Amino acid sequence: MPSPSAYGVGAILSVFKVLVVILVLIINSNSLGSETEDFGLAIDALKVKSFAQKELAATKLAGLKNERIDIILSALIEGKLYTKKNSGDVVIVTRLKGGDFYLEHAATGENLGIVGRREAKKISVNNKLRRYLKSLQAVRQLNVRDSDGRVAAIEAIVKTGDAKLRSLIVARQDIEENESVLKALENALVVFDLESSDPIRRLSAVEASSNNLDSNVRGKLNEMAADEGLSLEIRDAAIASIKEIEKRVSRFRAIETIFFGLSLGSILALAAIGLSITFGVMGVINMAHGELIMLGAYTTYLIQLLLPDLIEYSLLISVPAAFLVTGLVGICIERSVIRFLYGRPLETLLATFGISLILQQAVRTIFSPLNRSVVTPNWMSGSLEIVQGLSITYNRLYIFFFALMVFAVLLVILQRTRLGLEVRAVTQNRDMAQVMGIRNARVDILTFGLGSGIAGVAGVALSQLTNVGPNLGQSYIVDSFMVVVFGGVGNLWGTLVAGLSLGVVNKLLEPFAGAVVAKILVLIFIILFIQKRPRGLFPQKGRAADS
Amino acid sequence: MMIRSLVNHDRGGQIFLLVLCLIGFLIPIANLVIPSDSMFHVPTYSVSLLGKYACYALLAISLDLVWGYCGILSLGHGAFFALGGYVMGMYLMRQIGTRGVYGHPELPDFMVFLNWDSLPWYWMGLDQFWFAAIMIIIVPGILAFLFGWLAFRSRVSGVYLSIMTQALTYALMLAFFRNELGFGGNNGLTDFKDVLGFSLQSDATKVALFVSSVIALVLGYLICQYLVTSKLGRVITAARDAESRARFLGYHVEYYQVWVFTISAVIAGIAGALYVPQVGIINPSEFQPLNSIELVVWVALGGRATLYGAALGAGLVNYIKTILTGALPEIWLFFLGLLFVLVTILLPRGLIGILRRTRLGGNNG
Repeated sequence: MPSPSAYGVGAILSVFKVLVVILVLIINSNSLGSETEDFGLAIDALKVKSFAQKELAATKLAGLKNERIDIILSALIEGKLYTKKNSGDVVIVTRLKGGDFYLEHAATGENLGIVGRREAKKISVNNKLRRYLKSLQAVRQLNVRDSDGRVAAIEAIVKTGDAKLRSLIVARQDIEENESVLKALENALVVFDLESSDPIRRLSAVEASSNNLDSNVRGKLNEMAADEGLSLEIRDAAIASIKEIEKRVSRFRAIETIFFGLSLGSILALAAIGLSITFGVMGVINMAHGELIMLGAYTTYLIQLLLPDLIEYSLLISVPAAFLVTGLVGICIERSVIRFLYGRPLETLLATFGISLILQQAVRTIFSPLNRSVVTPNWMSGSLEIVQGLSITYNRLYIFFFALMVFAVLLVILQRTRLGLEVRAVTQNRDMAQVMGIRNARVDILTFGLGSGIAGVAGVALSQLTNVGPNLGQSYIVDSFMVVVFGGVGNLWGTLVAGLSLGVVNKLLEPFAGAVVAKILVLIFIILFIQKRPRGLFPQKGRAADS
Repeated sequence: MMIRSLVNHDRGGQIFLLVLCLIGFLIPIANLVIPSDSMFHVPTYSVSLLGKYACYALLAISLDLVWGYCGILSLGHGAFFALGGYVMGMYLMRQIGTRGVYGHPELPDFMVFLNWDSLPWYWMGLDQFWFAAIMIIIVPGILAFLFGWLAFRSRVSGVYLSIMTQALTYALMLAFFRNELGFGGNNGLTDFKDVLGFSLQSDATKVALFVSSVIALVLGYLICQYLVTSKLGRVITAARDAESRARFLGYHVEYYQVWVFTISAVIAGIAGALYVPQVGIINPSEFQPLNSIELVVWVALGGRATLYGAALGAGLVNYIKTILTGALPEIWLFFLGLLFVLVTILLPRGLIGILRRTRLGGNNG
């Protein structure tokens, strides 16, 4: 243990040295001519015996400009830097299995072949020097062009716990422009302040970090709360700050859970809306709905396959394409099978189930039973950071709004267009609608096509979240029916509310019960709910409800 | 006496029972007595297969009872079948004793594997056959009773009920996939050694299981036939065709429905219990909604509300399934899907319906 005063002197000296490095860096950037020469000399200077002089040599080396400097420094830290005995060259050594050395010239990276291990002498380092070298490395990294690299360097500096490097962070703050790097710098300063020897500064840093979610800061606070060598005041403040942080974190978790729930719910609603329309308007239980969703997802896959240059726009193209494809498939199903079965809902259930098996097997035969990968365009990947510690992935966010948009479009179609009017009339009273001159068959075709098309659109959205395979539809069909039944048949708002609330409930239960049990609980809940309200949350009212 | 009165009015039922008795009598002889090089010898593999079909037929009859006569389309009857099978599987697991891989005297292998130190309470007593036999009836029965009581009392009917039953079997499937539940999770229960002290590998045991399945099928048919021809049967049929009218006549339709649903579930459970020792495994995939719906097409193909037609449909579809999944596995789902579509559109009364109509047409002409 060095005495406090010696430590202080050492600290000042180190800061001085680091500043020298920076100075040298700045000066040397202008004098390119003697560079290679200096570089060779600096490497040779590492061969000295005394650690203090090695430190100086390394400092000089670190101030130069050469892409091999980082390699040499890390080789030195790892104890891989040797002197070749016969030539005196500094080499980097890779130990081979037999104990022989593979040599690489340190300055040039030239291959010097394999030699026996007695041919080279290690350039030794001690712990103190190693620490110093690491901070040198971090300082060098602080100036790299790549902002992620700079953040990593700041992390490394914080990890060294070397208070002498604080001035570097402050210096960097003045010239840094990248936002995430600035944030990292700020947090690094907080950590340094937390370690500060000045108790007042320390205390204020502890208090100020109560809304800081950085993991380094939190780790340091935890350390302080447990450190019995600290004054009670600081420890109490640290504990209070940790509590505050945890409260914030759990609040963010709750927001995140609700968002995940809404995201899941929007997918459920998207998958169920089409079902709700066909069920409500035509009394048809379309068990092939899940497979239509699957076809929509495969349409996305095919579009990406056909237009590999337009991956960024593939989803925008896929939405109408999938709508058309699945809409047409739906119309084919309606014309070939369902029109013979009107008024017999249980039979439509069986027949469409048969269709779902055929579609599944067809996809399996054509595309193989393996999952196909659908590319996520750049604008959909990544996540949006709302505040520090709370971020939302773009794909879920877009899909949520996409679901709302589809819902709004449908609502407009049903409330504001001629088709919507006819559809509502048929829903309420089939015979009376026909008497009033509405062609039921045409309405049926269009409704079924619309419902199927929306399934395809849901498939496009799902292709961004799950695996696209022949079983994609199956896993959503039971859930979709639950949503429809829970919300009330033929009621768009009911479907939306039911989908969103089931999604949120599912996600809220998950942390306590696990994903599978949460799902089972939701299913049981719906089974019980249906006993109480057999016609769902928003039952149809009036005469239509009697039939 | 009673049996004669039951069967007399129904020619198809008579033929069905006669065929069953013949099969139940001749197949064991063909397997055990006739030497294996004779062309009349039936290999043990086929005997087990026929036993499996008999269990399916019993399951189909149980579904026909509720679908054909009550008009309740249950898409979750496979759940009752699987529950009966699981109880039987638990009994068979307890019979393994120290012969398991880990040789634990009490715990089945998968529990040792999961580091459980004692048997969960619901596994208690299942080493006794009489207890297992009671549970085979009680477990599916209670579930069906509770479900039916909740559903029929609040008049959940039609497609809502179908979807609810499907959710029921789906939820059970998810639950049984979990290791924590204590039913072997994904792998289910398997590696059975013997039943009632007889090795499951021996031909004689397999034949005995086949004969029991046929007897169960005959009894199940007779019970269902008795139910549907009794006054209770008339009430449920009336409720199927005009529920409101039946209620106005003063019948508590829901009571009848609950009881028929429960009895049907019990029969399905017994079918499952006989099925498991013959196939040697029970796992959560038996709860798949697909299985329950496939079962519906057996009944639809044979003919609703005919009982023996359902059994016929079960045998026919499963025979085709055995052949197709062996020879052309790709074709099977196409075939099954097409069967669903064609039967619902072209054969609303099933094969038996066609037979009856041609007979009727012949008589008229």
